[in-house]
Amino acid sequence: MASSKSSTDEFIKGLWNENPVFVQVLGMCPVLAVSNTAMNALAMGLATAFVLIMSNIVVSSLRSFIPKQVRIATYILIIATFVTVVDYVIQAVSLDLYKALGAFISLIVVNCLILGRAEAFASKNTVVRSTLDGLGMGIGFAFALFCLGAVREILGNGSLFGAPLFHDSFQKWVVMILPSGGFFTLAGWLLLFNWLKQRKAKREAATTLGLRKEVA
Amino acid sequence: MSHSELASAPAPPSIWHMYRAMVGVGVFCGLLIVSVFQVTLPRIERNKAEALQKAIFHVLPNASTSTTYYFDEEVGFKLLEGDDVGEPLVYAGYDDAQQLVGLAIEAQGMGYQDVIALIYGYSFAEEAIIGIQVLESKETPGLGDKIETDPDFLANFESLDVSVRGDGSALANPVVPVKNGEKTKPWEVDGITGATISSVAIANLLDRSAQYWVPRIRRKLSDFQGQE
Repeated sequence: MASSKSSTDEFIKGLWNENPVFVQVLGMCPVLAVSNTAMNALAMGLATAFVLIMSNIVVSSLRSFIPKQVRIATYILIIATFVTVVDYVIQAVSLDLYKALGAFISLIVVNCLILGRAEAFASKNTVVRSTLDGLGMGIGFAFALFCLGAVREILGNGSLFGAPLFHDSFQKWVVMILPSGGFFTLAGWLLLFNWLKQRKAKREAATTLGLRKEVA
Repeated sequence: MSHSELASAPAPPSIWHMYRAMVGVGVFCGLLIVSVFQVTLPRIERNKAEALQKAIFHVLPNASTSTTYYFDEEVGFKLLEGDDVGEPLVYAGYDDAQQLVGLAIEAQGMGYQDVIALIYGYSFAEEAIIGIQVLESKETPGLGDKIETDPDFLANFESLDVSVRGDGSALANPVVPVKNGEKTKPWEVDGITGATISSVAIANLLDRSAQYWVPRIRRKLSDFQGQE
């Protein structure tokens, strides 16, 4: 049950155990499309995290005000508003960044992670818990995007945040920057996460088995 | 559904509640968007103007000030003043001695993914394009976007011949794209291996724009010098 979790758990679950990208595999469109450089990935991750946190706050504080029948339309309206806000703010901060993120900012509206958290969590929990949930999931999402973006930029362009890492003779893996590279990198990270999860499960099983034997 | 089930189901909210929620949230969202728009608008406009200014001085390296003109087929080039509206715009660059050094002209054309918009500098003295800067492009990162970064490709535009024919009706030689490493004439654009479509698109859009603008600029040269 969600309510049995402590506030810290609500925050931490999004970072690791229920990471939106590596565990829940949600919101793949920006994950694959905008993670070609570390900077783009991080900016996209932070923009999504902001929208997620704000929509969680607003949805949870209005949860008794919004009838069930019109909830999805209202949530989308709230999410779209914050996406528009982010769109203007990014344009005001840096036009170069705005150019790099292109159409994907507007597409945050249809990121299923945000509507998913609004529907599954924020509409049933208090403002504080929803904020922590949004923070955890948002940071987890930004972290995952950064993981992809960093790998793709290092291998595909030989740099990180635009700073060259290798000697000129480094042969760039151009495919990593192209769309297919997104799939390869995501597959690699998913493999790692699933392997970690399996190893943990095996160890836990082994310890319980050991305990049972001792008791017997 | 049986009668007992109907009775136990919670009563549907009244229409008023639904209206209240949707209209209330709508008004709140509308107000938020309008206020953020109002707050960020001056910053965004300043950013755009700065980016354009930077691009103008990038493509006209000898210029230190610039003024904006609009073009009208009948009257020629007119200085854009105050609240004037006119299209299309060209930007005249002047050096420290207030001598006209060249014009910066915006051009666009279809690239590989989407429209590429760029600004190029036209030098009166050299009768050539002396620099380009891409303003908007969604070309493939790592491949097509080399049109913005590849030094060999950008070297094409340090002096790309766009001189006009004797009668002033058209360019003496059209700007033509050639394969990488095959450039022999000053009006040819050396392509990029791996970004063929994007680099050809740049050459073609420059050709189209120069074919239109350069003869008109040469004919109406006095419009600009009158402002000195």
